[in-house]
Amino acid sequence: MTELLQIVFDALSLGSLYALGALGIALIFGVMRLVNFAHGDFIAFCVFAMLWPSINAAAIVFAGNLPFYLLVPLLLLVGAALSVLSEVIVFRRFRNANPATMMIASFALGFAIRNLLLMLYSSRPKSITLWPSLSLPVEVFGARIPMLQVVTITLTLVVLAALTLFIKRTRYGLEMRAAADNFTMARMLGVRANSVILLAFAISGMMAAAIGLILATNSGTADINMGANVMLIAFIATVIGGLGSLPGAVAAGFLIGAASVVLQATLPHDARVFRDAFVYGAVIVVLLLRPQGLFAPKSAKQRV
Amino acid sequence: MTLLAVDNITVRYGRLTALRGISLTIEAGEVLFVTGPNGAGKSTLLNAIAGVVPPISGSITMDGAEVVGTPPEQVARLGFSLVPEGRNVFGGLSIEENLKVGAGMRTDRSKIAGDRASIYDEFPMLAARRHTPAGMLSGGQQQMLVIGRALMTSPRLMAIDEPSLGLAPKIIDQVYEILMRLRAQRNLTLLIVEQSSARALMTGGRMMLLRGGRIVLEGAAGDMVKDERLKQAYFGFGDH
Repeated sequence: MTELLQIVFDALSLGSLYALGALGIALIFGVMRLVNFAHGDFIAFCVFAMLWPSINAAAIVFAGNLPFYLLVPLLLLVGAALSVLSEVIVFRRFRNANPATMMIASFALGFAIRNLLLMLYSSRPKSITLWPSLSLPVEVFGARIPMLQVVTITLTLVVLAALTLFIKRTRYGLEMRAAADNFTMARMLGVRANSVILLAFAISGMMAAAIGLILATNSGTADINMGANVMLIAFIATVIGGLGSLPGAVAAGFLIGAASVVLQATLPHDARVFRDAFVYGAVIVVLLLRPQGLFAPKSAKQRV
Repeated sequence: MTLLAVDNITVRYGRLTALRGISLTIEAGEVLFVTGPNGAGKSTLLNAIAGVVPPISGSITMDGAEVVGTPPEQVARLGFSLVPEGRNVFGGLSIEENLKVGAGMRTDRSKIAGDRASIYDEFPMLAARRHTPAGMLSGGQQQMLVIGRALMTSPRLMAIDEPSLGLAPKIIDQVYEILMRLRAQRNLTLLIVEQSSARALMTGGRMMLLRGGRIVLEGAAGDMVKDERLKQAYFGFGDH
């Protein structure tokens, strides 16, 4: 029983990470058909923003010393600003380019960000301790669960609820959904293209910052490649969820998280090292059966 | 009063010229039909006015304000509302949300709820299904919805691209009946694009025949009935 509960919490917290990542990608894809491969580097950038530039192994914590009620908003702001700047400086030039061109631009941007970090911080991973108290376990129905997992899951649920409310209930959310459905039509009804896209980038950037915070707290290290793995799985989640579908991206994120954790727990010991191969195998099977994704939005078909 | 003035515009898609020096004006309160065979450039004309396809030369003014080079969301703010071909409802949004998007840019926010109510009065079957995703509606219902959505922008000039496309004759009659009634009630100016001239001849108003990106015939719809050139223009015996 406690073992099962442990697995559930592992699955939920890993799934939370993937769901947040997939959401960040799906939001931008929805409004401008861009798969932003720089998203992983946004995550790393946000983590390094907490450190003072230095090439030593021992990190000089900078913003990371702030109390959490200042650090979290500051980091969300950093993520949003980086993301918005990327749109204004880079992606806006490719607004009418084909999706492949935009995707390559995003690779280039990611490369530029990674190398900037490399220049400022060197390639050595740095240790960073944010909230040591979060790694202490708490007792939930007899199972000992790390506090961080509980916090991660709770925060993700709060973020998802807030985003759902925003998208369903506010005028800006409505405009974002309309633009994701049919961008030109939305513009002809007066929806401002730039505002909607900037908003999507800002929210997506905040998601990246949130992931960065969770990863850094969890692993205790800042590594230039730390966003890459999450980004890859998050991207796969958006594809499985049906590109452009936000609920689909979230559901698929949790699904992949759960699959990874369950496989880790149930595979025979010798096969565990190949866990990811099993996960990706399952992904391939899903895509063979439903190439449009599990939750393809109606608009995906008729998009011009 | 001239509401819209299109002056000598040319539109190209790559090497293909879709419009060759088109000029026209629309007076406030009138109905102008633009008809012509497939590929005549009718939709291109509407898209150029809407700011979706920029002309390479010429000028378009809406109530004196230049439209060429203005983004679509700005043209919409000048009072031009386009109902494009194929209807383009936001399929995942409910009927009510579709109407709300139409009203999003308005500054007279206190009047919006009342306008929505009057559109529900006009289209009762939209009212009954207001929380249904628009993608689930039939073609005729979607056509009503996009007309209602365009009205929610509180337009001065409403353009409709092939309102009869893919609809049953009975539904088409209904759509036109509603359009003409709305026009009378709201003093709307209408620019209607149809492939066939028959509807224009039935409805009346002014008519313009487009072919190969040029205006080949123009006049009061009533006078066109007897005009041999109308038939010739469709079948390609005319000059071009």
